[in-house]
Amino acid sequence: MSDQKIPFSRRQFLATTALGAAASIAMPSVLRAAAAPVKLGVLHPVTGALSYSGTQGRLGAMLAIDEINAAGGIKSLGGAKIDPMLGDARSTPAGGTAEVEKMNSAGVSCIVGGYASSICLATTQAAARYNLPYVVDVGVADSIVKRGLKNTFRFGPGFGVIAKTALDNLVTINDQAGKPAKTVMIVHEDSLFGSGLAKLLNAQLPGKGFKVLETIAHPTPTRDFNTIVLKIKAQNPDIVIPADYYNEYVLLARTMLQQHVRPKGIYSVLGGAASSYKFVKEFPEAAKGIMDCNHWFNPLSAKAQALKKQVEAKGQFFTYEVYLNYSAIGLVADALERAASADRAKLIAALASSTWSGHIMPYGPTKFVNGQNQGAAPCNTQVQDNDIKVIMPPKFANAKPIFPMPA
Amino acid sequence: MFSPTILIPAIINGLLTGAVYALIALGLTLIYGVLHIINFAHGALLTAAMFAAYFAYHQLGIDPYVAAFILAPAFFALGYGLQRFIIGPASHGDDRNMLLVTLGLAVIIENALLYAFRADTRTIDVPYAFQSIDFGFTFLAVPRVIGFVAVFVVALVLWLIMSFTDTGRAIRAVAKEKLGAELAGIDVAHVYAMTFGLGTACVAIAACLLIPTYYVNPSAGNAFVLVAFTIVVLGGMGSVPGALIGGLVIGVVESLSSLFFGESLGQMGIFLIFIAVLLVRPRGLFGAQA
Repeated sequence: MSDQKIPFSRRQFLATTALGAAASIAMPSVLRAAAAPVKLGVLHPVTGALSYSGTQGRLGAMLAIDEINAAGGIKSLGGAKIDPMLGDARSTPAGGTAEVEKMNSAGVSCIVGGYASSICLATTQAAARYNLPYVVDVGVADSIVKRGLKNTFRFGPGFGVIAKTALDNLVTINDQAGKPAKTVMIVHEDSLFGSGLAKLLNAQLPGKGFKVLETIAHPTPTRDFNTIVLKIKAQNPDIVIPADYYNEYVLLARTMLQQHVRPKGIYSVLGGAASSYKFVKEFPEAAKGIMDCNHWFNPLSAKAQALKKQVEAKGQFFTYEVYLNYSAIGLVADALERAASADRAKLIAALASSTWSGHIMPYGPTKFVNGQNQGAAPCNTQVQDNDIKVIMPPKFANAKPIFPMPA
Repeated sequence: MFSPTILIPAIINGLLTGAVYALIALGLTLIYGVLHIINFAHGALLTAAMFAAYFAYHQLGIDPYVAAFILAPAFFALGYGLQRFIIGPASHGDDRNMLLVTLGLAVIIENALLYAFRADTRTIDVPYAFQSIDFGFTFLAVPRVIGFVAVFVVALVLWLIMSFTDTGRAIRAVAKEKLGAELAGIDVAHVYAMTFGLGTACVAIAACLLIPTYYVNPSAGNAFVLVAFTIVVLGGMGSVPGALIGGLVIGVVESLSSLFFGESLGQMGIFLIFIAVLLVRPRGLFGAQA
């Protein structure tokens, strides 16, 4: 994947701005007729360890920008087009901050993206120094919106909401099935994401009637899951809760199938592969019946389904990075429309008062409190009939949960 | 603390995993034994071979086990060419330069793969991926059993080459006494390249054995090579039987220590052995006396 930074040397910059200035003096009316485009920073980790997610995120953002521009741009700004300035965070917070500096100098009105929590924490803060509005695309760490930064907005849900929803829904699903599950085993990767989740589950599950038999941590990458699966087999839990990144998640699920380990349910929270079309397509047998609580689009939205087709036609998978970024750009466009200005302060005010409902997520109209969209929530999905179905919340569900899994 | 029903499968599983480690270490130790360099490009070449096996299956529909028969000669030629035309000439006769050249090659290969295929993780779904043999007390996945057997076949073939062919004799001669071999009329540059080729062919076969149950992305090979380094040290630098037994030992150690100490610390067991061997028996299990 090539790095698509806009090559723009100081000389070129001076030359074009000088020309532009000269032109605007010479023929001001012509320039005013075609509205000046709104510069928008699109920042993702498109190289390094997170490059797959970053590239997917960029795809979602660009699809939204192309769509908005094709539909006539920002109407309140005289049909101004959105002019994306692409940035590469190189999978590190430092890389992200450097791009924010560049984008600020280039005069962007707003930045969208970041992807990883660690990057978002750094980039939002860097942007805050310039009062530059920043819309976080994914970054689920709760601290991102809890530092009192006026410029920072998150359209999607944070970790706390996701974990709470996941636990509540697990209880609901188990209750509806007549409480067949009493014991769980947690398999998690040993960095902040997996360990944090395991700790939270260990604290909460006993109070909800589940006994945690064992919690197994493993590093990323882990080459072999046979020992872990042997342990699962020996303990024979009703539910296995994996909290891993994609590769390890797939290896674990495949090894469980090889070792004929079939618990009543596999239930994950922000599971690396559990709600991934790639996993379902490549290993339908291993993915069958897996439940996940994760970011998901509104399956009942026709617009979402159309976008899914569009992404799949490009030979890409419709991953959460795509639709979260697509939505984040839509949110900014809506704010620009209402602000009728590309001014940063006015845009922040417009974002803060946003009540946007034209999106494809199961969130309802936006309502920001301290930068967090209050309606944002995850969905519970399950792999059924070689597809990923939404089973919770009932309002957006397109299937019923299958639990316990048939032996 | 663990019953035999979990202990025995864990040991068997360690042996199965260890066999593939051994094959990767075999290539590494061969190159070390003759060229006296640590081949830093080993991991990158493993990744490249895994990509080759992936595309052989994905684009051409060639089963990885069949692809091994094509990729082994292909990677032998690649390894030969690398040593003969790049590493050898670029090092100007200095071993330390050779080391740096392999490091440079690793960076180039990895980034070329990243550029060409992106960081996306790829897997293949062979029809037998989820078949397992029921031994009553445990299930063993068919691809892993095939891999285990294949490693011993490869080791046997390698031993036959080294023992009974002129090339093998020349390789052993160069490994023992480079100057003497040169005086006896052996083309050292050719032998170096042959050795590098054999080492690379081992990696290509290992890639074909791994791909049915593992995945490939541009940094997939690295996870194995660090372990392979440990095995080479444990078995003795340059020792072929050492690599084989070292691989099996490390596989079992990894499996058992992850059983007893947890997966995160299981990796530590391997590297504790690494340090212990360096302290207590620096020449390894089968290494020649320095």
